[in-house]
Amino acid sequence: MIDFIWLLLFCAGLVTAMFTGKVDAVSKAVLGGAESGVELAIGLISVIAFWLGIMNIAEKAGLVEWLSKVLRPVGRFLYPSVPPDHPAMGSILANMSANILGLGNAATPLGLKAMQELQTLNADKETASDAMCTLLAINTASITLIPATVIAVRMQYGSAHPTSIVSTTIFATTFGTIAAIILDRLFRRFSKRRR
Amino acid sequence: MQDMLSAISAWLLPLLIAGIMVTGFVRRIPIYNAFIDGAKSGFGTAVRLIPHLIAMMVAVSVFRASGAMGYVIGWLEPVLVWAHIPPEVAPMGLLRPISGMGSLALMTDIFKVHGPDSWLGQLSSTMQAASDTTLYVITVYFGSVGIRKIRYALKVGLLADLASVIGSVLAVYLLLGPMPK
Repeated sequence: MIDFIWLLLFCAGLVTAMFTGKVDAVSKAVLGGAESGVELAIGLISVIAFWLGIMNIAEKAGLVEWLSKVLRPVGRFLYPSVPPDHPAMGSILANMSANILGLGNAATPLGLKAMQELQTLNADKETASDAMCTLLAINTASITLIPATVIAVRMQYGSAHPTSIVSTTIFATTFGTIAAIILDRLFRRFSKRRR
Repeated sequence: MQDMLSAISAWLLPLLIAGIMVTGFVRRIPIYNAFIDGAKSGFGTAVRLIPHLIAMMVAVSVFRASGAMGYVIGWLEPVLVWAHIPPEVAPMGLLRPISGMGSLALMTDIFKVHGPDSWLGQLSSTMQAASDTTLYVITVYFGSVGIRKIRYALKVGLLADLASVIGSVLAVYLLLGPMPK
């Protein structure tokens, strides 16, 4: 998929350049793009390193665990098929907590662990269970309170208020997550009816 | 309204950082060493981004410099105007579920042209922050346990991404007001 899009962007650009006569601009764009890629990544080191440092403290101090406890009722509502005391529920809630805190790096391993636990509850090992689909829906909608990378890039480009997008993000992410939960329930009902 | 919100946004992060440090200290975590350990892994993360960023930024720059992006935006314009989505952010919304790095590159492109604090800059930031790379998450999560039949997961994921885009536009309209002409 990514191969196709990468090729498409490049070749469509080249073909358009033939018609618009902007071939010079295109050759310049190749190296210019590469250069801004490196600049961006180097500029991100400071904020990524800082943020991962702070988040490591948060994890060690048990903040992920604390948030998981707070989210228990939510877990029971979202994953009715998972027994509340099963280890899968623990991993699911830890993954959700890490996502909320914007801990991308810690959220993925916790999510994969939740997947493995859910697989032990799954009757058909090749087909996704309801709970797995819910886990995916909530993860891709990404409930995020602190979008650290975006804030970092904003700083890099000289924003006067790099954190001004936190409030809009919380609104948008809440909207997206609620939509994901509703869609997940709707599709689940339809797929059951068809069987 | 906007002043109050930006004040809350500005205080949220420093307060959170202080809260985490204090909690760690009270719970007798060696906070300085924990910070250093975590920060170390930041270098690796940033360096791992470089090849992705170079690849995607080159393709996006070519696509843009040739004028192709302008054409695509032109075609999509009627639908976008109807949905109140500014055409400039449309390529980002299309790329977001497929490539996180690609949409990040498009976001920086908008920063370069319009500035990070412009209305469009804030909208693109919100779009980038409020959603995840659905295809990547589905591939990695299901791949890790050998699920082949993903049922409705992709449809729900992509529709939720669309909802996130609409939510972002809605959020920026509600909290920052309409796009300045």
